Amino acid sequence: MIYRENGQFKTTYTSDQQIFGITQDRWFVLALMAFAAFVVPFIVDEYMFKAILIPFLILSLAALGVNILVGYCGQISLGSGAFMAVGAYAAYNFFVRIDGMPVILCLLLGGVFSTVVGVVFGIPSLRVRGLYLAIATLAAQFFCDWAFSRVKWFTNNSSSGSVSVSNFDVFGIPIDSPAAKYWFCLAFLVVFAVLAKNLVRSAIGREWMAIRDMDVAAAVIGIRPMYAKLSAFAVSSFIIGVAGGLWGFVHLGSWEPAAFSVDRSFQLLFMVILGGMGSIMGSFMGAAFIIILPIIINIVLPELGALVGWQVSTAAVSHAENMIFGALIVWFLIVEPHGLAKLWSIAKQKLRLWPFPH
Amino acid sequence: MKLRQLFIAASAAATLAVASTSAFAQAKEQFFPVLPYRTGAYAPNGIPWANGYADYLKLVNAKGGINGVKISTEECDTAYATDRGVECYERLKGKATGAVFQPLSTGITFALTEKAPADKNPLITAGYGRSESSDGGVFKWNFPLMGTYWAGADIIMQVISKKETGNALGSLKGKKIALVYHDSPYGKEPIALLQERAKTQGFDLSLLPVTHPGVEQTATWLQIRQNKPDYVLLWGWGVMNAAALKQAVATGYPRDKMYGIWWSAAEPDVKDIGEGAKGYNGLVATGYTGKILDDIKKTLHAKKAGTGPAEEVGTVLYNRGMTSAMLAVEGVVRAQERYGKGKVMTGDQIRWGLENLNITAARIETLGLTGIMRPLSTSCQDHEGSRSARMHTWDGKKWNYSSDWIEADMSIIKPLTKQFADKYAAEKKLARRTPADCQS
Repeated sequence: MIYRENGQFKTTYTSDQQIFGITQDRWFVLALMAFAAFVVPFIVDEYMFKAILIPFLILSLAALGVNILVGYCGQISLGSGAFMAVGAYAAYNFFVRIDGMPVILCLLLGGVFSTVVGVVFGIPSLRVRGLYLAIATLAAQFFCDWAFSRVKWFTNNSSSGSVSVSNFDVFGIPIDSPAAKYWFCLAFLVVFAVLAKNLVRSAIGREWMAIRDMDVAAAVIGIRPMYAKLSAFAVSSFIIGVAGGLWGFVHLGSWEPAAFSVDRSFQLLFMVILGGMGSIMGSFMGAAFIIILPIIINIVLPELGALVGWQVSTAAVSHAENMIFGALIVWFLIVEPHGLAKLWSIAKQKLRLWPFPH
Repeated sequence: MKLRQLFIAASAAATLAVASTSAFAQAKEQFFPVLPYRTGAYAPNGIPWANGYADYLKLVNAKGGINGVKISTEECDTAYATDRGVECYERLKGKATGAVFQPLSTGITFALTEKAPADKNPLITAGYGRSESSDGGVFKWNFPLMGTYWAGADIIMQVISKKETGNALGSLKGKKIALVYHDSPYGKEPIALLQERAKTQGFDLSLLPVTHPGVEQTATWLQIRQNKPDYVLLWGWGVMNAAALKQAVATGYPRDKMYGIWWSAAEPDVKDIGEGAKGYNGLVATGYTGKILDDIKKTLHAKKAGTGPAEEVGTVLYNRGMTSAMLAVEGVVRAQERYGKGKVMTGDQIRWGLENLNITAARIETLGLTGIMRPLSTSCQDHEGSRSARMHTWDGKKWNYSSDWIEADMSIIKPLTKQFADKYAAEKKLARRTPADCQS
């Protein structure tokens, strides 16, 4: 009743090709963005900002990058943590070694370095695929872990391999309050999400999807596998690299190579699988699921225990958190193997017919 | 559709529960957040520390609180992960206007060092954390009380030098020393000091990192078997310590040539190896026995109010946790002397208290800690307070002291601290604190 496209006629090519074809969708997304930018910062507290929203935004961005590679181009990668690390350490080195370097430029240059590393480690994808490629990209992970904890130059000769960044500003505005950090990350995310959405709708995005669905057939109809695969690696690692820079600069402030360990790579891959492969929306949902859910379980469990007069110990909460979280992953994968994004589109489909499904 | 209804009911209840906590009453209670790890790879060592910490706070409450101010506390499990530790810090810091945080992880300490000054929360890192943070002129909010890793490494090197040459700073030319360390900020901390000592004493230092969690060390110990170092320093945590000792047994490296830092020489590290670890040495910064332990057993564990099993009371890590809690409480006690007894202290006031600690032998006696710790006094410039430890040796069944208290030699540490603190200040564009700032 409220969500249907009856009567919305497309009279120009532009209107036919817009991202959100249905007016209601368009208004919903715009309202959501306005809400995120102008309402959220004034209603949430510092904890919400620093512990939930900022990590969610940054890892959504990283998941977006992984989704381009894994979801759109079908190249399974376990090197995402490494690309984040390259972005973070490259941005750090630009920031520390060149006086007066603008932060945004540092982060983007971090992305550029990550692109280079991504393309180099993407070369094996021309010969190996599937699980074998996943193992080949693990090499990137181990190489970067090694390089950043052993080569002192990368960490500016810090005694313990830990680097830190603070007190930076953008166009004279200091990024130190939680709200400023939130806006900073949100701006990056919105720009990259729009770019990514347009990329995957364009010719190159279709090439990626053709390669994903069947690379031999794609090659036969004239798509160059090398170009398509390496461009997916490049775009994906650029976005992941920028996310890595944000993770270090904005969220942690001080980090060591362990912040970008193989666990992070797995976490990002799980976000994409749970959220929905080949869906921009899915990246956000996956990130929300993996980041926010465990924290909510951790906070709510003792409260629920207290409600029934049962003192839950810290250890029990942590163990239960892992168990519930694991069970939920399995449950969602059984109910909807195509990810949370698929659930979302089913809901939209149903809403179109509501309230008269027959 | 029973399951679905149950699910809806559960989520509704959850929302309600979250809403109700915001109305948390805070009537005259000093809040002590705890960031322990009772789960994860390091839990076997994290649990006794957390239990000691919790028991001391319970004991203070049982005796009427800090000049009448009761202690409230909340734990948030970090599992030794830095990002989770940051989340816990953010969660707990909002529950009071300033509180002492003790993360028991050097990685989390590095992250919180950037966050604590803005929130005005003092950070006690007793026996861990950034070594240069003992310089209070730059690190206003960090308190590596009772010894940093540089102090620990220095004491071990003193013991080795004395054994070899009879002089704590004697020449060790031609000697080979290997550092087997946890590949994290924790394990890397002592390297700067050891390199400094290698330069002056002339020994050959080899660095052998072990990746988290440290179960796999075959390659490391193969290297040791080839190089045959004269001494092995162990900078491990959790399961890594036991794994290192097992490898030493397997490769036949003499255990009495192995020296562990205070986090690598506790009961969980050697218990399972028993006789195999006989002769292994390690530092211990707190004593085994004191009147307070009997007090905890009597007041808490006898009434089933203690945390964890009663047998744990008096073990190395338990005592360490208990002492850490004591330091935080003493900071509040000292702050109350200036800002008003029986009042709840803010973060800034506790910082002043920690900066002006003077725990004399008499005070230690009143606290029942004689035998467990030595007198400690801090100042605006010196945030470390005391820097001594004893060596103890495992005899196959229990730990026994094998030396008296040894003080770290500041002639090497002091210039190093200044150099690193200045570097940090320059990187962060911080100015050294003025004498006026020290009064606040």
